[in-house]
Formats: sequence, C-alpha cells, structure tokens
Amino acid sequence: MKQGPVAIIECVQEIPCDPCVDSCRQGAITIGEDITQLPQLIEDKCTGCGTCVPGCPGQAIFVVDLNYSKQKALLMIPYEFYPLPKADSKVKALDREGKVVGGAKVLKVMNSKRNDRTPVVSLLVPKELAMKIRHIRF
Amino acid sequence: MRIKDHPILGPRSKKRKVFIEVDGQRVEAEEHEPIAAALTAAGIFVFHRTKKKSSPRGLFCAIGRCSDCFMIVDGIPNTRTCVTPVREGMRVETQHGLGQWKVSS
Amino acid sequence: MREIEFGVIGGGPAGLSAAIEAAKCGVKVAVFDENERPGGQLFKQIHKFFGSREHGAGIRGIDVGTQMLEDAEKHGVEVRLNTAVWGIFDGPKLGISSDQRVSRVSAKKILLATGANENALAFPGWTLPGVMGGGAAQTMINIHRVLPGKRILTVGSGNVGLIVSYQLLQAGAEVVGLVEALPYISGYGVHASKLRKCGVPILTSHTVKEAIGKERVERAVIVKVDENFNPRPRTEKRLTVDTICLAVGLTPMAELAWLAGCEFAYVPELGGHVPVHDDDMQTTLEGVYVAGDLTGIEEAHTAIEEGKVAGIAVAEALGYLTSEKAHELKQKAWGHLDALRKGPFGQKRAEGKVKIKIKERRGDK
Repeated sequence: MKQGPVAIIECVQEIPCDPCVDSCRQGAITIGEDITQLPQLIEDKCTGCGTCVPGCPGQAIFVVDLNYSKQKALLMIPYEFYPLPKADSKVKALDREGKVVGGAKVLKVMNSKRNDRTPVVSLLVPKELAMKIRHIRF
Repeated sequence: MRIKDHPILGPRSKKRKVFIEVDGQRVEAEEHEPIAAALTAAGIFVFHRTKKKSSPRGLFCAIGRCSDCFMIVDGIPNTRTCVTPVREGMRVETQHGLGQWKVSS
Repeated sequence: MREIEFGVIGGGPAGLSAAIEAAKCGVKVAVFDENERPGGQLFKQIHKFFGSREHGAGIRGIDVGTQMLEDAEKHGVEVRLNTAVWGIFDGPKLGISSDQRVSRVSAKKILLATGANENALAFPGWTLPGVMGGGAAQTMINIHRVLPGKRILTVGSGNVGLIVSYQLLQAGAEVVGLVEALPYISGYGVHASKLRKCGVPILTSHTVKEAIGKERVERAVIVKVDENFNPRPRTEKRLTVDTICLAVGLTPMAELAWLAGCEFAYVPELGGHVPVHDDDMQTTLEGVYVAGDLTGIEEAHTAIEEGKVAGIAVAEALGYLTSEKAHELKQKAWGHLDALRKGPFGQKRAEGKVKIKIKERRGDK
C-alpha cells in the first residue's frame, strides 16, 4: 500500500470462482488447485493497472494508490450503471453502506471491450477515505 | 416504462410499432413482445378479475406457468398474456371471472 | 409416429449441453421447448458468472446462452420451439403439442431437463397486481426491457433475490428494501455488498406481512420476526412500494418425471421432491435421464456439466462412444461438478446429491 497503486481484493467467502487469476496480466493473483480458496495477491508483481477490477464477477476488487498526492488517493471502482460519470466531474462518494462520506473527482472512465461492460471509474478521493469509499452518486 | 438504454443490454433495438385494442382503447406495442409486456409498459396492471369478489389480478410468474395474467384475446378466454406475442389489430379484454367459451353450434 | 434417437425436453443450459455433447458423437438429437426462445433462464442472467475459467466463468449468462445456441446449430441439433411435452409413455414415447396439434414421438433415449418453478409466498394482499416472482421481474427487465414497477420491495436474500434486486437498480428502479426472514443473508456476500453500497437496506429477521392497495400494490408492511419466524409485535414498518418481488426459493418442475414413473426422494436442500439418478444421470427408468435444476436447485454451470454427463452417457448407450472414451469424458464433468459443490455454499448441495444417487441399477422397471 505504501509503494503506489495496488489491487485490494475484498473476497472473503469460499466460493468456487477464479476469473481474477486470468484477468491479471502480471500473474499477481493466485488461487491454487482448489478454486474455492480465497485469491492471494503477490504484491511485488502488482502494478495497480486495474485490469482485474472488471474481471471479478462479484465486483470485489478495487485499486487504491495512497501516494497519489499529499492529500489525495487514487481509487478505481467497478461501475455498471448508466449514466456513466464524466471525466473531471465532481461526484458524491459513498461507503460500503451507501452513506455519503465525502466528495470525489472523476479522473477517467475506462470501458474498453476487455471490460465486457463493466466500466471502471478512476477517482481522486481524500486519502483517509480511500479504504471506505466503494461507490459514487451524482 | 420501457428501458431505453441499459449498461449491459445496451440501447433498445428499433422494433416495429404494432397497435392492439385493449378494452376498446388503442394501445401501442412493439412487434413480437408479449401482450403483458405491452400492457405493463402502457401502465395497465389489472388483467382480469376474480369471479366472486372481482379482485384484480395481474402479472405473477411471467413465464406462462401460473394463471394470473389470463385475459380474453381475440375472443379466446384464459389466454396467457405473458407468453402470447402481440399482433396488429389484436383485441384484448379484461376477463371477468372464469371466462366463457363462445362455442359455435 | 415420428421416431428419434434422443429426445431432450427443455432447451435450457442442461438440455442444450446434453444435446451438443450427444450430437458431437453423432447422435441425432431433437430438443423440445415450450417457449418461443430456447436458453431457459440463461438469457435473463446479464451478470458475469462465478465458477472456473476453464469452464466459462467471468462470462455473462446471456453470452453463455448465445454460444450454446451457436454450438447446437453447428452440431446439427434440431430445436423445436413452441412445442410442449405433455406426457411420457412406455417406450419411451413423448406426447407433444405444437401449433394447436397433438402428436406422439418415439425416442430411444430421453432427457428431462425441465428446470424449476419459483415458489410463492402467501400473505394478505399477495394477489394484488405488483406482487410477482423475482424471476418474473427479471424476465420483464432483461428480456422484455419493461420495468414492472418503480419502487421495489424484495423478499428473500438468496442469490436470486440479491441478483434481481441489483438488476432492478441497473434497469432504473429503486429498491426500497430487501427483507430476509433468516437472521443472516443466505446468498453470496459480494452480491449483498453490491446492493448495500448503493444504499439498499437489507433487513434480516424481517419478512413481509401485508400488501396494501386497491387495484395494485401501493404499500407494503414488513415486520421483524423471531427465531421461529413468528412476527414480533409492534415492529411493523410501512414502505411505499408498487412492486413486491418474491425470491423465496425454487422447486424442481418434476411433473413429467413423476408421470413417467421415476423414483423420487424428498430432499429439502435440493428444493423438494427430486427424481433419483445414477452417476450417468439415468433415473430408475431405463432410457430416461435427468439433468439441471430438475435434479436439484443449483446453478447454470452445474446444469451444463450434468447435461454433458447425460449427453455422453446417452451417446455411449446408443453405441456412438466406447466405454473407455465415455468414461474419460464423464470423469472430466464429474470432477468439475465436485469442484462447483465445494465450500460452505456448495456443501449442502453436495450432501443432497449424495442422498439422491442411485449406486446400483436394479434392472429395468
């Protein structure tokens, strides 16, 4: 978390599932033979590129960069709703319970064919809220 | 209400408009869609009424397996509107009670 | 009377999968489906599936469906739509009806892959328009692209209730709340998280008490329940909703299997009365196979794998595959089924499946 952008895998239940493994081009996510096991992140291999974010069917993977700037962190979230937010716009930031905890700025919205219709929104958020914010509203 | 654009399904594809008659009123529908979908989109939710208390009944299973969506369609009672596609000029009526078959002699 | 080699009843993932496997081996297959479109529930599943990459996880159900239809066509599978199978007779022979006409078909082997029905929950006002199955709401939004209502209450926190609620949000509805009678969420945590971060309240130990409205649902009353599911007095809350989605479980659509005379077992963890079957997916009736939700409520990937086993077993029984080759192919599918039934969610299903397994065939019935 101290080096730069890194994937945060919030997968906590043992469900037979492993698409995250292939979604990482650096081989930084492993599960093992028994796909019920929880995915493990090899932090040294993770570049924080965010390709894994749309790959998780449970939308449980995020990317956080706590060192983006002095006060702000970078946060990437999956976002499967219309309308999509616009780059450079200001949005409300919601925590895991859908409560507004602050504001965020949209840096960009990534939605290539590889996302298979799970766009990824890149946000600038207050550093202390980077591990709380998981959704937006505007 | 029809869903115009959708994050996974994409925008609506252009479908030909079809007009059906519901209890005498002209209702716009889309080619091939089930009668129940056209009615729901048009804000019509009561499809028939029960025999004893005239209680309203509408969509329930949406796949042709219960009987809540029954209406009289082109004179035929107990038609499952959730799996019957619309046709231009189709006559749809709210069914009251069990439905009467008009048997020709 | 028309004679066919392999008749498949139900063109969902289990049926199509079996048809494709059998057709690959050279079997002449006909799939009968009473709907206008094949695919069963697949074309409503707009979300990405879980499971193993090797077997198509991470792909949306709609795309799995499209691929299966392409494969079926590629291998020459005949699909008869708008064709209902209303009876099974000795032979086996099928009674079918299509285009207002009734006829019979004689088959060497048949597969019942009829899926499941949604359960209903009765409470005062449940007959009002606006009260519908969770699957019904899903059909309206994902197939017909029509919102059944604008303000939704969902009853049930299994995967169907959780997923359909999320899809209703995507379709533009507001999900006012989700109630679950158990003291915990019974579906996947990640599905629940997707709802919670959107602000949807999930109330465990709660259920719906009443639906109020004149011609349509206008309000719902929810109530807290105790550990015996009895309502706690004075805990009622009124919600302004126009739609109540009941996602309270599925029951195998087992009428044809029952009519045919298959032996059944009652297994609550699989959804109720299910036809028993052996490792080849064959029932107690020679030549009658079963696959998919009919044999126990699970998911699309288990339906696909069970269908594969049945298709391979039928090809073997008809002489299109050697026992060695058939065993090799079945082994792969069985292995995958075991993997899908692991973990705290799969455990109960795995135990249920053991209860309905025929270990030794007792000869023709």
